Amino acid sequence: MSEAQIKSLEKQFDERIARDEKIEPKDWMPEKYRKTHIRQMSQHAHSEIVGMLPEGNWITRAPSLRRKVALLAKVQDEAGHGLYLYSATETLGISREEMYEQLHTGKAKYSSIFNYPTITWADMGAIGWLVDGAAIINQVPLCNTSYGPYARAMIRVCKEESFHQRQGFEIMMKLANGTPEQKEMAQDALNRWWWPSLMMLGPTDDVSVHTEQSMKWKLKRKSNDDLRQQFIDQTVPQAELIGLTIPDPDLKWNEEKGMYDFGEINWDEFWQVVKGHGPMNKERMKARVGAWEEGTWVRDAAMAYAEKKRNRKEKQVV
Amino acid sequence: MSDKKNWPLWEVFVRSKNGLEHRHCGSLHAADEDMALENARDVYTRRSEGVSIWVVESKHITASNPEHNGELFDPAHDKVYRHPTFYDLPDEVKHM
Repeated sequence: MSEAQIKSLEKQFDERIARDEKIEPKDWMPEKYRKTHIRQMSQHAHSEIVGMLPEGNWITRAPSLRRKVALLAKVQDEAGHGLYLYSATETLGISREEMYEQLHTGKAKYSSIFNYPTITWADMGAIGWLVDGAAIINQVPLCNTSYGPYARAMIRVCKEESFHQRQGFEIMMKLANGTPEQKEMAQDALNRWWWPSLMMLGPTDDVSVHTEQSMKWKLKRKSNDDLRQQFIDQTVPQAELIGLTIPDPDLKWNEEKGMYDFGEINWDEFWQVVKGHGPMNKERMKARVGAWEEGTWVRDAAMAYAEKKRNRKEKQVV
Repeated sequence: MSDKKNWPLWEVFVRSKNGLEHRHCGSLHAADEDMALENARDVYTRRSEGVSIWVVESKHITASNPEHNGELFDPAHDKVYRHPTFYDLPDEVKHM
């Protein structure tokens, strides 16, 4: 195809998206659209899969059966969300194995929030309330994104996600209304998860490199700073309601703007964690790669068994 | 690394309740059809979304090419006489 032809196709493509038409797997698409989607969607899938690890840590130690079944169901949902997203990404022509390879070698990233440790039960509350809360804010606009399989996967994910946030908030509420030690535990978890949750919504708009193109493709509907502000404005009253304090001395309602002003985010910490120097980066990858490698014989055995069954069936037919 | 083949890809179709058609809801990897059904149950019907599941290995699906949509679908565009509104009826005929 000549350059002029490609330019003309790209123009038509952008117009389709501007008209709110969806792009489906076999449609022509610019190479950059394909690549950007593979990057963002696989990163999203990886985050769901790695996101199971910090919570999986507490399943066996949940304080009651009610909490245990809820946490188990939530972690299982995350596996499901990872699988919806991987299969949606595969429609763009990358294989599951390639994506795993990229995750395991560190070529592909996952959300940096999962590189923090979960050291008390209250962390299960903070993750559901804050991390899933921030994720929902990020994901709801994606239900309307231009790539059909991604949009459909996000609709399923968002439907299922709202229980995650509620179960987290309920844990926090219970602890905040409990003994002084329990309340302290809840406050401590909020202190540790607040700032990483704000960072989770991405770098500030002035340094975010993908924003403009992603907006055009509806891969992003709101800027990182807008999403962050929305998260803060909705979460602060929730903390007040259960008597916990947001760990930000500069946090103040701005009457004029109708939103909260908040303190400086430590972006050095964010970039350190993204670059692999967070408290749990190594541990997470070790667990993930270990699970994949130790599962090799199971996957091989399943294939061998499937083949044996197929051969037996064919023999019977003859 | 293993030298065995990877699990193939399957497409999943779920009937949400009797009276409705099976609808494509996504895909997954499984070693064989039995595992594909079990995985589909866990991945796509965790909240009672279905009463029946079909799985078919993706390689068995033949799809039309959107680049040929013109030749394939245009012939239907000028056949307005296939729609009831094409036909003139007197106002007295209330239901037809």
